[in-house]
Amino acid sequence: MGPFLEVLLGGLLTGVLYSLVALGFVLIFKASGVFNFAQGAMVLFAALSMARLQEWMAPTLGWVAFPVALTLSALIMMALAFAIERLVLRQLINQEGIILFMATIGITFFLDGFGQTIWGSDIYEIDLFLSKDPIFLFEDVFPGGLLVDPYELMAAVIAGILVAVLAVFFQKTRVGRALRAVADDHQAAQSVGIPLNYIWLIVWTVAGLVALVAGMMWGAKLGVQFSIALVALKALPVLILGGFTSVPGAIIGGLIIGAGEKLAEVYVGSMFGGGIENWFAYVLALAFLLFRPQGLFGERIIERV
Amino acid sequence: MTLAPSQAGQAETAPPLLSVTNIEVIYNHVILVLKGVSLSVPEGGIVALLGANGAGKSTTLKSISNLLRVERGEVTKGSITYGGERIDQLTPNELVRRGVIQVMEGRHCFGHLTVEENLLTGAFIHGGKRRQIAEDLEKVYAYFPRLKERRSSQAGYTSGGEQQMTAIGRALMSRPKMILLDEPSMGLAPQLVEQIFEIVKSINEQEGVTILLAEQNTNVALRYARYGYILESGRVVMEGAADTLRNNEDVKEFYLGLGGEGRRSFRDVKQYRRRKRWLG
Ligand SMILES: Nc1ncnc2c1ncn2[C@@H]1O[C@H](COP(=O)(O)OP(=O)(O)OP(=O)(O)O)[C@@H](O)[C@H]1O
Ligand SMILES: [Mg+2]
Repeated sequence: MGPFLEVLLGGLLTGVLYSLVALGFVLIFKASGVFNFAQGAMVLFAALSMARLQEWMAPTLGWVAFPVALTLSALIMMALAFAIERLVLRQLINQEGIILFMATIGITFFLDGFGQTIWGSDIYEIDLFLSKDPIFLFEDVFPGGLLVDPYELMAAVIAGILVAVLAVFFQKTRVGRALRAVADDHQAAQSVGIPLNYIWLIVWTVAGLVALVAGMMWGAKLGVQFSIALVALKALPVLILGGFTSVPGAIIGGLIIGAGEKLAEVYVGSMFGGGIENWFAYVLALAFLLFRPQGLFGERIIERV
Repeated sequence: MTLAPSQAGQAETAPPLLSVTNIEVIYNHVILVLKGVSLSVPEGGIVALLGANGAGKSTTLKSISNLLRVERGEVTKGSITYGGERIDQLTPNELVRRGVIQVMEGRHCFGHLTVEENLLTGAFIHGGKRRQIAEDLEKVYAYFPRLKERRSSQAGYTSGGEQQMTAIGRALMSRPKMILLDEPSMGLAPQLVEQIFEIVKSINEQEGVTILLAEQNTNVALRYARYGYILESGRVVMEGAADTLRNNEDVKEFYLGLGGEGRRSFRDVKQYRRRKRWLG
């Protein structure tokens, strides 16, 4: 029982990071119908700026470098959202979805290249001041307790807080309501005076901040390097599982993929000679495409006159 | 065929609140839909824009509210002025701030939002004025008591009539001076249509909101409007005071479904249409 739970928990905690990346996709897709290929690049860019700014300030500021770097990185992500809205989205308003998708591919290559030009292309570290030693949970319940990576636990807690904040923002605030209105019907939202440009700026900013959190947690765990951008590829099966328009879907999809691939690796991996963690998610997604293409939580389209 | 506005008794003294002069609209750079439409709406009036399917009523309203761009339509000629100012280049957001708001054909409620949330989106431009928004919400509920009962239902699951009320109520939340109302009667039972028009009329009278109404239901529209324009394939083919139009033989025949005393044969009708096409 103990080892199984450990694997499950480890998987769920990794899954939280997938969820965060998928969440960024969902936000932008819902509000603007754009499939943002650049989400992974945004995660990398955010992680790079966080790592380098912290590294640069740490000698003089010590631990204070962390909040300062975090704030500056958040501002950088906002500026990025602003630039993308002004220079790309606004110019392409009313174009076909595929053209916008191509534009996000352009943004991806730009961000990958530009990010490495200004921040460098080595492996960098983000210091969250957490101990590398695993912690043991539930020692009274199980003999020996459960072994948990503190970084993953931290990531889960932060992700939980982030999701709660977003939920309140969407459900309770005026701008959140406007975002949901735009997601439902662009034209009607415009007709009541909600400016689309402003809404896009907000969603890209929120997606940028979510990318920052994901990049920071991921980077702290594995080091900040180009492969972080590839994490975004893991978000694809998550989206297929959870549905492209569902925020809870992104979260639960991430958890399922995270837990599923770890369990599969440990318990059936040996049958395939190991390494199934890398492709398990895609096979699961493929199965979903065949049997439930709208995903677990794909929003039902309400049709009624 | 055209009756001069003065003859129809429209007030000549004050300049109109809205005037559309000779506009041409092209969709997708090639499809010419409006071929020189002119109309004017006096402050505090109810003006009807009539015509069959595809005549260009919705396109006219959307050129005023500037919602055409989303559909890749463009006003290529003519001008639109509101309160004496050109408004052709304003965004929908700027127009709503000036008091011009459209209620789109087919309601377009936000399906996943509750009825009350739908209404609140109409107050987006008023930002954080909580007090005002709460008052306006009560006012909308006073006009549409049904919406108060349904306030926490998801709009997508409410009836067509309730959605129409939600759409009108949502527009009211912006505190408009002028509502461009596109086909409120669509798909509703006659009794409900009557009820909605009564409410529109009282909004016009009590709030002083000017109404430009696009309708296929000529009969109802001409009973509530004071003046009307008839659109056919992108042109105004007739205009006049509502009573005058209601008693006009051609209108009776083509739009009110009355036989016109059996005076015209089917062939005359076809000739009439052909003449229209030639003239146009
Ligand atoms: N987005 C669009 N792209 C191309 N053509 C369009 C578009 N929207 C409308 N049209 C065309 O413009 C013409 C006028 O359409 P419009 O919707 O203005 O008519 P309408 O008078 O409102 O008709 P209805 O009573 O059916 O609502 C129609 O021939 C229609 O096919
Ligand atoms: Mg129409």
